[in-house]
Amino acid sequence: MDMGKKTKMNLGKTAVLLLITLAVYVVMKALLISSILSSYWGLVLDQALITTIGALGLCIIYGFSGQFSLGHAAFYGIGAYAAAFVSKTYGHGSMAWFLLALPVGALTAALVAFLIGLPILRLRSDYLGIATLGFGIIVKVGMDNSNRLLPVLGGATGITGLPQVAGFDIIFLCTVMTVLLTRNFVQSSYGRACTAIRDDEIAADIMGIDTTRYKVLAFVFGCALAGLAGALYVHRYPFLHPSSFDFLKSFDFLLIVVLGGLGSMSGTIITSIAWVFLLEGLRFVLGQQFLEFRGVIYALILVVIILLRPQGIFGGKEVSVMAPPKAIPASGKEGPHADPGN
Amino acid sequence: MPILEIKDLSKNFGGLKAVSSFDLTLEENEIVGLIGPNGAGKTTVFNLITGIFPVSSGSIKFMGQDILGMKPFKITQLGIARTFQNIRLFKQCTVLENVRTIFHPRVKYGLMDSFLHTPRYSAEEERITEKSFELLKTMNLDDRAHLTAANLPYGDQRRLEIARALAGEPKLLLLDEPAAGMNPSEVGTLVEMIRFIRDHFNITILLIEHQMGVVMNVCERLVVLDFGEIIAAGLPEEIRNNQKVLEAYLGKGVVSA
Repeated sequence: MDMGKKTKMNLGKTAVLLLITLAVYVVMKALLISSILSSYWGLVLDQALITTIGALGLCIIYGFSGQFSLGHAAFYGIGAYAAAFVSKTYGHGSMAWFLLALPVGALTAALVAFLIGLPILRLRSDYLGIATLGFGIIVKVGMDNSNRLLPVLGGATGITGLPQVAGFDIIFLCTVMTVLLTRNFVQSSYGRACTAIRDDEIAADIMGIDTTRYKVLAFVFGCALAGLAGALYVHRYPFLHPSSFDFLKSFDFLLIVVLGGLGSMSGTIITSIAWVFLLEGLRFVLGQQFLEFRGVIYALILVVIILLRPQGIFGGKEVSVMAPPKAIPASGKEGPHADPGN
Repeated sequence: MPILEIKDLSKNFGGLKAVSSFDLTLEENEIVGLIGPNGAGKTTVFNLITGIFPVSSGSIKFMGQDILGMKPFKITQLGIARTFQNIRLFKQCTVLENVRTIFHPRVKYGLMDSFLHTPRYSAEEERITEKSFELLKTMNLDDRAHLTAANLPYGDQRRLEIARALAGEPKLLLLDEPAAGMNPSEVGTLVEMIRFIRDHFNITILLIEHQMGVVMNVCERLVVLDFGEIIAAGLPEEIRNNQKVLEAYLGKGVVSA
């Protein structure tokens, strides 16, 4: 028997994944230090990583559990505001308070997701989309008027003077952790329960899976990641404004997850980064004069991709390091059929 | 104690009586067929047992326990598994994942083990995979474990549904037209499989089927339903010559002519 063989294979994949991330980190760090990558592009890079964290959250909710959410930016915003509140009130730029503000952002978003998820997750597809869209609008209006509750939150004028303590290192670390946690969750029995709900909710229920419970679990986990992304965001960009969290931002996340391919973490990660760099890149390519064309061009790219690959760029597949090790029976040989994945 | 005891079960959809005064008792290790013309209410009976529809009146006891009003997933966790007339696999998942998913309610690791992939996670995943392959082997699907379920031929999909149902370690298995869309040779294998499953897993099987070849071959007892009511019950050879049954299937004029 080869007990533990699969364990080793999975550890092997994790090791490769960590090696790749380490290599990426070293290269990026070198580019930043040597100023080949200007501080402006450093900022774009950080934004890309933060977007990746938030998008992986939606990837869990929509891509793997099939729960159509149009309010993801609301949880991104809730995390941002909760973390901003902690840093602005107590932190004043201290690293310890910043490190505390991160879980506060994630947990606040998770708590709100739990409370709102219980009643609305019984809705299906389009109806759930409308409910989450409505929730997003409520949150946005709440932020616009937040100064009536807590003056420090600034209301429609936003918050300025937040301590910029988040750097590339911590953002990169959070991204890697998010990728690992997401991958581990998806490859567990809990992840399989979520995927079963996505594929056929009635069948999942009748086959013994508590669908309400796992829909809420996926929603809470995904929203917690959005909250974490928001908490990082406010410590990297000095100006916090409610308009950063309106429903257009929710569409950004949705576009990334759908373009990357529903049910593909690799697709979500790569599309997040490509998307953020594409938007900034267009700004340069077009120049100030033609900036308005940006909207047309990226809309055109969207239409072309979805026409050519309606299943998304990755179409539910994963790159090898993100894919689960191929399960084989310990006792027997492999089947004659080739692995259809990657 | 009987495995399943249904008494005076009725279900109305508005004014339509889909099932009325239905009685059925299943003993351990039986294979019983539920037959009747289209629209007789057979699948409705399955849906009532598994808790998809609320019951209008009557009682259903599973191993002595009243299961009326329980949620479908709870009923399944007690030990009733089923397949569907219109196949309902987890289509985008592989054959293996379809089976592995069903081990979830009895999985021996928590959410934290999932996030961190602890040794407990690895050991349990290995056990689940091993057991899943056993089930796939039973249903002749182990060489297709890594194919996407949606890409399987029809007959394989039906057998995968049975493998998936067995992963829930049921005491009672409800099969809804398991032979539908299968060719004669597949049907022959299926009959063998149904007997093997009953003996090997020591379970009771209730099946709905239109193919008389399957029904007469594998069922030890038959219950005939027409317009929601039981019109006959007994051994296959008794049912074969039952006047009422022939009338229900073929029409009154044909039989008396």
